[in-house]
Amino acid sequence: MNAMSEAVTDTTPPAAGPREVVVEVIDLHKSFGSVEVLKGISTIVHRGEVVCVIGPSGSGKSTLLRCVNLLEEPTSGRVVVMGEEVTDPDCDIDRVRSNLGMVFQQFNLFPHINALQNCTIGQISVLKRPKEEAATKAQENLAKVGLAGRESAYPAQLSGGQQQRVAIARALSMDPGLMLFDEPTSALDPELVGDVLSVMRELASEGMTMIVVTHEMAFAREVADRVIFMDGGVIVEEGHPDDVIGRPQEKRTIAFLQRVLDPTHVRAGEEDEAHYRRHAADHRTAGSTTRDDDLTPLPGLPH
Amino acid sequence: MSVSTLAPPARRGPSPRQRAKRRRLIQYAVLVVAIVVLILVADWEQIGQVFFRSDMIYATLTQGLGTALLNTIIYSAGAFIIGLVGGTILALMRLSSVAPYRWIAGIYIELFRGLPALIVLLAFGLLPLAFSGLIIPFDPYGTVWLALGIVAAAYMAETIRAGIQAVPKGQVEAARSLGMPAAVASRKIVLPQAFRIVIPPLTNELILLVKDSSLAYILGLSAAGYELTKYGRDLSSTNANLTPLVIAGLCYLVITLPLTFLVQRLEARARRGR
Repeated sequence: MNAMSEAVTDTTPPAAGPREVVVEVIDLHKSFGSVEVLKGISTIVHRGEVVCVIGPSGSGKSTLLRCVNLLEEPTSGRVVVMGEEVTDPDCDIDRVRSNLGMVFQQFNLFPHINALQNCTIGQISVLKRPKEEAATKAQENLAKVGLAGRESAYPAQLSGGQQQRVAIARALSMDPGLMLFDEPTSALDPELVGDVLSVMRELASEGMTMIVVTHEMAFAREVADRVIFMDGGVIVEEGHPDDVIGRPQEKRTIAFLQRVLDPTHVRAGEEDEAHYRRHAADHRTAGSTTRDDDLTPLPGLPH
Repeated sequence: MSVSTLAPPARRGPSPRQRAKRRRLIQYAVLVVAIVVLILVADWEQIGQVFFRSDMIYATLTQGLGTALLNTIIYSAGAFIIGLVGGTILALMRLSSVAPYRWIAGIYIELFRGLPALIVLLAFGLLPLAFSGLIIPFDPYGTVWLALGIVAAAYMAETIRAGIQAVPKGQVEAARSLGMPAAVASRKIVLPQAFRIVIPPLTNELILLVKDSSLAYILGLSAAGYELTKYGRDLSSTNANLTPLVIAGLCYLVITLPLTFLVQRLEARARRGR
């Protein structure tokens, strides 16, 4: 997978390799009124790849994701998803979407039906699967996200983290060839983030192709095959997470990562040591009541 | 007030609290006096005879009150169904991306919300006269259903539109992301949620329709088509006694009060559900 990311570090499309191209974005522009949010984005995502898109708010990363399944209509440029050009007016976008899983920041579960029905409604009404088959598939996926036994719960009866996992199960029940995550943990209480991330980690390890817009740097660094850093509507830096997050080259990337990582120092591996030292120093100056395990650093690091 | 905790109160008449108490006592006194005067002055025997005469109560109950009550329910229920279907269509037109649909729905809504229901009802009553050969089916029921339903549709359209718009945009996005075409997303995701939101206001609309069905008395109804108002009015005027109208009024309350109670329950439940 790492070898893969090297090939696409170059933003020009690489020569056709052995791996299937799932998403190809070519010179994508998107304006809202007079505001240009995307200023020429080009990138390629291959089968089995996990791509994390990071960047400051307003950088256009969510818009890029939403252009992939055409929730936003691009102003110009081309988006090809699994061989179908979704930007072509003749494209049957509903058919393409049924093959794309989308997970939203605000979950967007259907509140009037229970967790199981949330996972079956698309299978039944779009894929025309028989009810029993859809229910079996839904149960499998709910079990997979750790919610076996909660089939009959309505969204309002579930915590935010549980709702987001139902939303993932809902998307998975369509057997998508690609999963899109739009800041899936940003609306969650901190203690609920870990469950959602571990579900996503498991998906990634199963070889699911994923594009994840996220602020979770530890997750991006651990799970992503490639990280795209966006700012001001362009891709500023793109490559292996150890490079983009660990050794960023561009000024804007460095500034962003500093802003994101500095306040806590809990996420970037290279900063960990400094953090540890500083905290150890704090504890020493604070007095002698410090127990040893207080010095075990980084409580926020998931797993 | 805070002064009194620091120093003994200056002798400047009663405290604000004493004054408030005195005002309340005066109000009670006025009420008691008014009731006493009413009891003494009113001719209770005659009032009883006019509003609650026992033989008139018996006559009202036995000469077809059941039919009248049933007819009131049939008139209002039919108008409600037409209003609901029409209102839903109008609401969807109002939200259409095709501008002329929006205009037509907008004009319709403003027109029929601005007209007295009685005018519309009279017009529908006269239609078969004006257009010779035109027959409104299920007359007189059809006439009342159409007239009241057409007016109710205008009100309900605005309620339903508000309900549809109250469904978050993310719901449509989630449905479309599953591959649902827009129409399926509307039918399976948006409308069920919108109707849940608008059930209390629509129940209020039903209450209004139950009362508005009394307007049907203006049509030349045959006895089989009498609703409560017409029935009560006929009996009252023949006998120069108000008892039948009082009973008709009580029948309306028997329908509307439980509905009002239901609306309160639904609204309370909706608040808890949020």
